[in-house]
Amino acid sequence: MTLREIKEVLKAEVLCGEDSLDVEILFAGGSDLMSDVLAFGKPGLLLLTGLTNSQSVRTANIIDASGIVYVRGKKPDEEGIKLAREMGIPLLSTGFMMYTTCGILYSKGLAGVAKSLK
Amino acid sequence: MESESGLSERYEIKGGDFSRAGTISTTIKRILQEIGIPPDIITRTAIAAYEAEMNVVMYADEAVVTLNLTPEAIHININDKGPGIVDIDLAMKEGFSTATAKMREMGFGAGMGLPNIKRNADKFMISSVVGKGTTYDIILYLDGKE
Repeated sequence: MTLREIKEVLKAEVLCGEDSLDVEILFAGGSDLMSDVLAFGKPGLLLLTGLTNSQSVRTANIIDASGIVYVRGKKPDEEGIKLAREMGIPLLSTGFMMYTTCGILYSKGLAGVAKSLK
Repeated sequence: MESESGLSERYEIKGGDFSRAGTISTTIKRILQEIGIPPDIITRTAIAAYEAEMNVVMYADEAVVTLNLTPEAIHININDKGPGIVDIDLAMKEGFSTATAKMREMGFGAGMGLPNIKRNADKFMISSVVGKGTTYDIILYLDGKE
């Protein structure tokens, strides 16, 4: 799925990275624990999270994630959005809860991530 | 600083400075990208460095980070001043944590940091003196061998 299709099905707002919406997303993972994301994350991951501080953006950058979807209508502060712009990470915000967000994307065929890097 | 044998950089981390937490790992990642290190090694190095950096920010007073890059390996040494770790074997266990609520709010402190460093490094050495500080040595080999 492209990020644009994900934006549509999640009725999401694009907070930054409008020009990256045609990126193909192959898998996603959801967590509010950044150490978990660092443990399961792989380059290309679409990160679904409810954690809105700048560490969510930094974590996404460290693992080369394709983007972040904030769930339950959450949005990072201006600093987080500025950081994401600098790092070229698209940010979306959906009103759906984590479970529903995961369910919608999974039902559309977006795979999860299960294997670590090493 | 660059020499014929490799590259050496030095950084400082301030404990408790959550707003800047992660900036050094991001810098290290960018340097490795500019040099042309294989992407999977960059990601593993960045994850290990980021977890160690977060550990310093969360628990220590300050630290000096040294990045040494040779044709054979990436070596990150972190020397922190702080409370130290009482039981390293216990701290290495997934899920063990002494994190505060503030640390958990940042998305860290779930007892995954040190195991994550070990998982991503080819070699990880950690030693600590209670009341003085902790030293981390994170090594990734560029040729896939020791």
